[in-house]
Amino acid sequence: MDILWVESIPLTAREVGRLIADRDLAPTTVMTVLDRLTRKGFLRRTRDGRAWRYEPAESRDSYIAELMLGALDMTGDRSAALTRFAQAVSGDEAEILRRALTELEEE
Amino acid sequence: MITAAVLAALATACAIGSWRLTTARWTYRAPRLAIILWQSLGVAWGLATTGAMLAFGVQPYGIGVLPGLVAFVQGEAPGTAWDPLHVLAMIAGLTSLTVLVVVLISAGVHALRARRRHRTLLALISRDDPGVPGVRVLDHPGAAAYCVPGLRSQVVVSEGALRLWSRDELAAVLAHEAAHVRERHDLVLLPFAALRRALPWSKVVCEAQEQVELLIEMAADDRARRYCSPRRLATALLRFGTAGAMPAPSGMLGLHASNVMARVDRLIKPAPELPRRARAGIVALSVTLVTSTPFLWIIQL
Repeated sequence: MDILWVESIPLTAREVGRLIADRDLAPTTVMTVLDRLTRKGFLRRTRDGRAWRYEPAESRDSYIAELMLGALDMTGDRSAALTRFAQAVSGDEAEILRRALTELEEE
Repeated sequence: MITAAVLAALATACAIGSWRLTTARWTYRAPRLAIILWQSLGVAWGLATTGAMLAFGVQPYGIGVLPGLVAFVQGEAPGTAWDPLHVLAMIAGLTSLTVLVVVLISAGVHALRARRRHRTLLALISRDDPGVPGVRVLDHPGAAAYCVPGLRSQVVVSEGALRLWSRDELAAVLAHEAAHVRERHDLVLLPFAALRRALPWSKVVCEAQEQVELLIEMAADDRARRYCSPRRLATALLRFGTAGAMPAPSGMLGLHASNVMARVDRLIKPAPELPRRARAGIVALSVTLVTSTPFLWIIQL
């Protein structure tokens, strides 16, 4: 996935396999992984002759943003999917906390 | 008739009790007990409300709710003929029972799906950090710390959070998350989140869910303070609150600052524990609630 994010053009399974130089992976393994990621909707693929070319469905940053929104309970559905350390606080309210923090640190 | 009336009275009592409990403050002194009381109130309320309708509905059979339902499903003819009122009660009771069960199951499925997607994404984009073994790190400047519950729970912190907190504070936060994992707080939260989906207009249900959310945080704080300095946990909380983790979409944030302050206050100046008699009373009440409603489902008064 990282390789596909770094490369700006869609790659074939063979090219991806070649770029994963540090590990000796069978081409079929790479193809299986790419295929599975496609089925889960993380990759998009287009036909190029006899091979498929793969590209990420969304950028890495947008996935990180999705996780962060979930983590901070900002997705709007208050499902019990995650348990968080604390919930986000709005700007004005943060001021109250800032004052309490300085008090605590001064003691 | 008496069974239906008793169940209806019990349902009303549970509703009033829940409403009182949303504003109670002793709960902060014993979050675990309060969570147990909330759970038993929820179970008793659900069984009493549906049971009251069904008890009235199966009255023509002249037996208890559960035996009556069995007879109804098996297509036996009741002792006295059906009349519209009993048919109506039967329909209402069965509908609300189905809604409760379906909502609970769908909430579970929804949470599991969200978690699975979250976990796959984590596998794709998070990394390990030698500084915090066993924790997944997310490359984002905002601060976040949470756990993805499940059989193999994962604790996740963001790059921003690693920079925000000192070493001791981070240890305190991780102890807090480990407590969530250990005590499976997600399972506590699930039915309340489900109920909120089923009854989004009910103020008591919304407040109940918010209370339980706060109480599990307090319970996790209590466990974490055994392993770390409560003061560090308090400063970590405040620092997190002031960091302004991410530009927030509007219309989502409410009383959270006061929740954070409530948690900080009890970490810094712990209130005395509830007296033994009060604790015993709460446990007895919970046990009575949970046992009496199923009992009323089975027997006919």
